[in-house]
Amino acid sequence: MSYVPHTAADQEAMLAAIGASSVKDLFCDVPERHRYPKFDLPEPLSEMEILAELRDLGEQNADLDHYLCFLGAGAYNHFVPSVIDHVISRSEFYTAYTPYQPEISQGTLQTIFEYQSMICALTGMDVANASHYDGATALAEAVIMALNIGRNKKKKIVLSANIHPEYRQVVRTYTQGLNLEIAGDEEPGQDLASLIDGDTCCVAVQNPDFFGQLSTPSDMQALADAAHAVKALFIVVADPISLGLFKAPGGYGADIVLGEGQALGNALNFGGPYLGYFACREKYARKMAGRLVGQTVDNRGQRGFVMTFVAREQHIRRERATSNICSNQALNALAAGVYLAALGKQGLRQVAELSYHKAHYAARRIAEIPGFELAGDGPFFKEFAVHCPLPVQILNDELLEEWGIIGGFDLGRFYPERNGQALFCITEMNSKEEIDYLIEALKETVAAWESQEETGND
Amino acid sequence: MKIDPNCLYAESHEWIRVEGDEGVVGISDHAQSELSDIVYVELPESGDSFDKGEVYGTVESVKAAADVYLPVSGEILEINEILEDSPELVNSDPYTTGWFVRISIANPAELDDLMDAAAYEIHCQKEGGQ
Repeated sequence: MSYVPHTAADQEAMLAAIGASSVKDLFCDVPERHRYPKFDLPEPLSEMEILAELRDLGEQNADLDHYLCFLGAGAYNHFVPSVIDHVISRSEFYTAYTPYQPEISQGTLQTIFEYQSMICALTGMDVANASHYDGATALAEAVIMALNIGRNKKKKIVLSANIHPEYRQVVRTYTQGLNLEIAGDEEPGQDLASLIDGDTCCVAVQNPDFFGQLSTPSDMQALADAAHAVKALFIVVADPISLGLFKAPGGYGADIVLGEGQALGNALNFGGPYLGYFACREKYARKMAGRLVGQTVDNRGQRGFVMTFVAREQHIRRERATSNICSNQALNALAAGVYLAALGKQGLRQVAELSYHKAHYAARRIAEIPGFELAGDGPFFKEFAVHCPLPVQILNDELLEEWGIIGGFDLGRFYPERNGQALFCITEMNSKEEIDYLIEALKETVAAWESQEETGND
Repeated sequence: MKIDPNCLYAESHEWIRVEGDEGVVGISDHAQSELSDIVYVELPESGDSFDKGEVYGTVESVKAAADVYLPVSGEILEINEILEDSPELVNSDPYTTGWFVRISIANPAELDDLMDAAAYEIHCQKEGGQ
């Protein structure tokens, strides 16, 4: 069967219109030898066979139905209430496309509006958009927005080294070719305030930071004040679950608050799709990228929802658009919205408190094991870095193979000076029994490794 | 369509009212009526300089967004801050309270390239007839 809808006559008419004699002509710029490469592929399989093969492959995954998870570092294993899948699996939502027509899209628009409203409440901001692809792209959009607010004259971006390393990589990818100076994240522990100058358009931090450490609101406010003194924007990346317990960044001077929204009712999904939440102060609303839904009244005075500020999107001012983003992660944002609505203020606070207390219990127990030591001494939320007595990779392999545990993130991957440190994450999903089991696994793994080392040294 | 006889006009429908070596700039009644209800005017900051014909701001209406061009080169001295909260003044009073920016005129000779009211009226008729 042919999947090409054009008839031979259609094709001839199109070729004639552009002055080509055959479809082959369209590929004349591709070198001959690359046009029909031979692929070394296995023979085709029947549907039954391929399903069996895919099931086999799927079973090789270390998923959370079969493994205990102490890994976070940007993607979090929080409980996903059943109501979420029930709501997002409704075909009205599941198949909904861009809600350009308010007259047939009130349901979708209302869910986006409610999601935006709850993100505002959580962050202490005035306006939130309908979401970006993920936390990393949300940060990149924030940086570009700050550049535009500074009218592209201020070319310096101060980035904390304690922002998720992949987010910082995405910022560099998004801003390449713009001749920007990115300062602050080349070496850890730099005094960000001292890097702020008249050429700075924004200062971005993460709180709690990549290592789980919390900065005090007064320290954050001081940095915000230093940024505002030179009319730079203060951007805060935050785990939305942490905002159920700790002060909203809007309360310590943030102009833009964003982050990974996966933790809000979205499963880990093997790394995606996720959503980036994004909120800012009202005066910057027109510079914000992405879709925005507003509440209004129709010509009969009834409440209704519409996409608003659409001139910012590329379908009206395409050539002057400051962002490519004119879509959102609608289904993921819906899941986040249902999650927040289902849990409410108290429920979210409870999730955050449980994670906080369990993480502190785990940290205390891990630090008691000889050879393990907490790497930070400040307050933390649900993640903490630990010096390990053996290479993190070896430790993690052992935990996975022998104990069915997905261990902490190997910080040496992104921070050479933190070689030998693992970043553990504990959420409300980790029971006390699980944490105690992890402690036992760590003790035995270290003991086995040390005795092996001794034998090896003999 | 109203055309203020005390202004000079650019083909892109901006007006300038010359006051000594300064000028007040806005968009014409014809322009506002083409755009329909204006919901937002984005203006530059005082101290910014633009060349003749350069984009210095944006007008957003319920149906379109349009760039606005400075009719002569100059530096922005003052912007009409009232438009931030009351952009509808551009619709109701485009030549008075709906002004956009006050500039210092860098090169008075450039004024010669602009149209007077009579020429602008013909220009609008021609455009309307297209």
